[in-house]
Amino acid sequence: MRSFWRTLAGRRRVSPRLASHALASYRHIFNALDRRLLRAIGLVVVADGVVGVSFGAIAVSGGQPAWVPLVMSSAVFAGGAQFAALYIVLGGGAPAAAALAGLVLNARLLPFGFAVADVLDVGWPARLLGSHLVVDESVAFALAQREPAARRATFWVSGALLFVVWNLGTAIGVFAGKAVGNPDALGLDAASPMVLLALVLPALREPAVRWAALLGAAIALAATPFLPGGLPVLLALAGLAAAAVPCARGRSRPAPRSRT
Amino acid sequence: MTIFAILLLAGGTYTLRAAGPALAGQIELSERVRWLLSVAAAVLLCALVVTSALTSGHGFAGWARPAGVLAGGVLAARRAPFLVSVMAAVVTTATLRLLGVG
Repeated sequence: MRSFWRTLAGRRRVSPRLASHALASYRHIFNALDRRLLRAIGLVVVADGVVGVSFGAIAVSGGQPAWVPLVMSSAVFAGGAQFAALYIVLGGGAPAAAALAGLVLNARLLPFGFAVADVLDVGWPARLLGSHLVVDESVAFALAQREPAARRATFWVSGALLFVVWNLGTAIGVFAGKAVGNPDALGLDAASPMVLLALVLPALREPAVRWAALLGAAIALAATPFLPGGLPVLLALAGLAAAAVPCARGRSRPAPRSRT
Repeated sequence: MTIFAILLLAGGTYTLRAAGPALAGQIELSERVRWLLSVAAAVLLCALVVTSALTSGHGFAGWARPAGVLAGGVLAARRAPFLVSVMAAVVTTATLRLLGVG
């Protein structure tokens, strides 16, 4: 993978060998992922695509011009923030307030970016492009992998597929408009928390992580009725104290995941 | 929605995303900081799971969604395949809504 990006970055000018080389590299990526993981990514991508359809449909049904959901899905590429901003505007709020609410919701992407920084530590083109693919699902899928190569491949494949299908779904929703029903009737609103839960469960087997996560989740839940969306989740970081304290005392420090 | 507001949201979001990868390349993080960052990601993901399963806006999301996530979560904890647990969550929630549970 490292050599994949180095090679691509080093060959800006299109060479006849680039195509075949890239093909071999993609094969390399997919070899690093097992079929079960690819199926799991596929399922998440399809579920997100359906939510993307509803985003496009809700935006145009609410009277927004078609370019608004299309530009938002490609340039913002964060479902929760896009819906939050859209609902504020559809409810008569100021666009600037909608943007700020979306930014608060996306503040968690800052620590997520640090968590996957080693995945993107392969030169500036990869860093700049890959940063745009930092979303809850791609981070969760990547961090669930132990080997650095698998982690990198998982991040790129899940992030890129999510981006393509999210935008495709938005476009379908824009053109289907009001014909699209409510995805909640299909139970799809349960898919997003379930996907993240399944991906984070193995990490919770470490006691320090489990206590930090439980404490953080309790704080976030307690704060939800009182704070604007996004802030409660950030407050959960206070739960880190539960992991840091036993660590400082020098007991039960779990071995970090292997990094080469 | 104005183009200015969208660009503000998009630019701000990209900055939040890119800060970690950009800065981590410049400074050497200790093993302990790296470990804490991966724990932080797990903590944030868990908080997202709990708040998005149980709440909608500032209030309770109704029983159907948390029941579905709980059903899928029990299966996942018993090491059921990913597809099975996610499908179980979706089907449970959809069935409960069909039966009139909120």
